[in-house]
Parts: sequence; structure tokens; C-alpha cells
Amino acid sequence: MAGEVKIKLRFNGVWREVETRPDRILLDLLREELGLTGTKKGCEAGECGACTVLMNGRAILSCLTPALKADGAEILTIEGLAEEGNLHPLQQAFLEKGAVQCGYCTPGMVLAAKALLDANPTPSVEEVKRAISGNLCRCTGYTKIIQAVRLAAEALRGDQRRKDEPAEAVKQAKTAVYP
Amino acid sequence: MNWKAYKRPEGVAEALTLLEKAAGRGRVIAGGTDLILQLRQRERAADLLVDITGIDTMKGIGEADGWITIGAAVTHAEAADSSLLRRVARALAEGCGQVGAPQIRNTATLMGNVISAQPAADGAVPLAALEAEIRVVSTAGERWVPMDEAYLDVGRSAIDASREVATEIRFRKPADGEKTRFFRLSKRKALSLPVLNGAVSILPDPSAQRIRRARIALGPVAARPFRARRAEACLETAAISPELIDEAARIAAEEANPRTSLLRGGAPYRKAMVELFLTRTIRAMLAMERG
Repeated sequence: MAGEVKIKLRFNGVWREVETRPDRILLDLLREELGLTGTKKGCEAGECGACTVLMNGRAILSCLTPALKADGAEILTIEGLAEEGNLHPLQQAFLEKGAVQCGYCTPGMVLAAKALLDANPTPSVEEVKRAISGNLCRCTGYTKIIQAVRLAAEALRGDQRRKDEPAEAVKQAKTAVYP
Repeated sequence: MNWKAYKRPEGVAEALTLLEKAAGRGRVIAGGTDLILQLRQRERAADLLVDITGIDTMKGIGEADGWITIGAAVTHAEAADSSLLRRVARALAEGCGQVGAPQIRNTATLMGNVISAQPAADGAVPLAALEAEIRVVSTAGERWVPMDEAYLDVGRSAIDASREVATEIRFRKPADGEKTRFFRLSKRKALSLPVLNGAVSILPDPSAQRIRRARIALGPVAARPFRARRAEACLETAAISPELIDEAARIAAEEANPRTSLLRGGAPYRKAMVELFLTRTIRAMLAMERG
């Protein structure tokens, strides 16, 4: 077998140098070498979406991506979504809507939805369906997943408004008179 | 898996040198969504993969001297979202938007769709209707391969990815007034190979009474994207009428040679669908939905 090669990737915001075999698949690199087992191995044939991660912001299938193709890229996995122990609005919405049954498709679903919401903060039901069309849920819990994505979109828009008008929001909060 | 080296050259010359050194044991990889599967399933073997997606000259969609050019690194998502393609070759943007699923479209390239040589390829079928050609470079020089000659058989491309690098796709910019449309019949909307797909290009006469040029490509009704040439000729011979369209669609169904398939349905059904979808598509293009 050929020797190991060194690659450098930005995993969930942190640059890391990894030595790996030239024929490593990104999914196996994540799960077996980096211990990031949130990314699931489903069909290994590009048909189920369970292995979805974001590479440079776009949803891709890590089961069909050679690790060396990702050299220099930014990879976001489900482990990188929560910040300082706070769930990402998408994760929170999946929880609130009960959009998780067995949970196996969930990391891929959430990341496919993240790619959508990053590009389109106000998706219609049809747009959500299209964005998650590459992710299969064998429990068939699609309705709640779609609701959760739209709820998260709403929450994120609220966050954005708060970021845009912090002073105003603070002022309102301070001067509000509650009965 | 099974390859011993993975290289990402910065130029075509470097890619060719790498392939030459590998002496037939190397292979070009672009998106890899087909190739990685084939390597995993041992349908193909390679010691060296040469990833061409980092080569700057192969990125981007452009227009020059009456040609539309699409680099070999352009993904289906980029083609589907391209405002230029949506404007001048809508069928191609539509077809690219139907390939696989979002994750596949973000990675897989339109060139790969051609080189994988599947007769049902949603990107390649519109390219056949657009009479596209592929620029292929090797140490022996360069050549342009028309879509008609790009296929040897199902899954077998005329382009040898162990020695040659396909660098770009080009087609004549459709004329003002020329319309193109894509259609597709499948069991699911995503992650599902088509039972039938097709692309139609129509250039009406300035009088709008006749069709000056018609191009029809269908898949998978033969071993490669299939041009329904007799149906095209039929459309060009007489004044536009509902009967003319019906006749052309009937001829196309006659020309098409789909197999009976457990996955895709019986041959008679699929021939009937060729007729139905072509009639609908051409009528819609000529704004003759009724009739």
C-alpha cells in the first residue's frame, strides 16, 4: 500500500493537518480518523444522503468524496453546528417539531437544510422539499422535517433582525411595560 | 479502496504528463460521483486519479464568437443556476437541475455526465439536442468530438480518460427566437433515473408559420442519447399545425427503440410516452397548448 499523505482541512472552524491514505474517502476520514461519527454511513452509493456534510458551504456526499479532494477545503459536520453548548436553530427546531424518529438521517437532513437556509432565508415548502430531496428518511417523517426547517428559518430571521437592530431591541426591551 | 495516488494538477499539460507516466493505470476524475462508485464496486481500477477540478481554465461558463462554452469542471448545479444557460439554452439548465439530487449536482460535472456515457443522462440529452461537441486534449494533440460520436456503447465513452483530458463543451449559441425545452418522466422527482427524458430545440421561421430547424434528443431509448432525425425532418417540412406536431411525435415514437425494462417499464408504454411528451412539449413551445 502506498504511503500516507498529509492534507490540511478546516473541520468545523478549526484547521487540522491529517495524515491519511491516498485512497481514503472523506466519510471514513471523518468517522474513523477524526472520531466525528455524527456523519452517518448509509448506502455508500450516493443515494441516501446520510453522509451529507458541507464542503465550502455546499452540501456534498462524503461517501463519494476522496479525502484528498477536500484538501484545503472547509468542512462542516453536524458536530460543528452548536455554539458554546447552544443548539443551532435548526437543531432546536428539529427537537421542537419532533422531526427526529430513529435519527439516522437527521445529521444529513440538518446539513442539507443548513445549506438551503444559508442561501435562502425564506424557503417555501417546495423549496425545502427540493433541498432535502437527496436525503432519505426511512421512518418517512418528512412532514415534520419540512415544518422544522421552516421553523428554523423563522428563528434565524428573528436572530438576524436582532443582530441588525440590537440597539432598538434593547431599547424596546428596557422601556417595555409589562402588565 | 484501491488507488495509490491522487493528484490535483494546476494545468492541462501537467494532467497529461501525469496520465502519460501512469501508462494506462491513471484516470481523470472530476466530481467522482460515478467513478468512485465504480472503483468501489471494482468495475474499474486505477492506480492514479488525476483530479482536474482545480484547473482554472476548466472553470466557468462563457460566450465567445457565437459559441457557448462550458468548462469540464462546471458542476450540474452551476449549469442549472447559470443565467446565461437559462437564457440561451433553457433545456440544458433544466436537465442539469434534474440530475440526481442537490448533493450530486454540487459535485458531479456536466462533462462527467457525458463521459459516463449513460443513455439517460439528464445533462447529456440536452447537449445532444444542442449538437454540442467536446474538446479532447492528449499528448497527440487536440480534437473536437461531436456528441454523436462521443458514445461507443452504454457506459463506454469515446474519450479515453486514462490518456485524454476532456477540457470543455461547446455549442453554437442558439439563434434569437430559438427555444429549447427539457422533459422528464420518472418514478420520483429526485434520486431516480428517468423512465424517459428528452430535449427539444426549435427555431421558427420569421413568419412563425414554419419551423426552420428542429432538434430532438431522447433518452434512454437507445444505447446513447438518441436523435429523432426523421421526426426533426418532419417538423421542418410543412406549415406548423397540430397535425404536424402529432405526426412528428408519432414518427419519433416509431424511431425510438426503448427496451422493456423492469425498472423503466415496457417498450410499448415508453414509446407511447415518447409520443405524448413530445406532443405536449412541442405544443407548449409553439404556444399551442390547446388543440
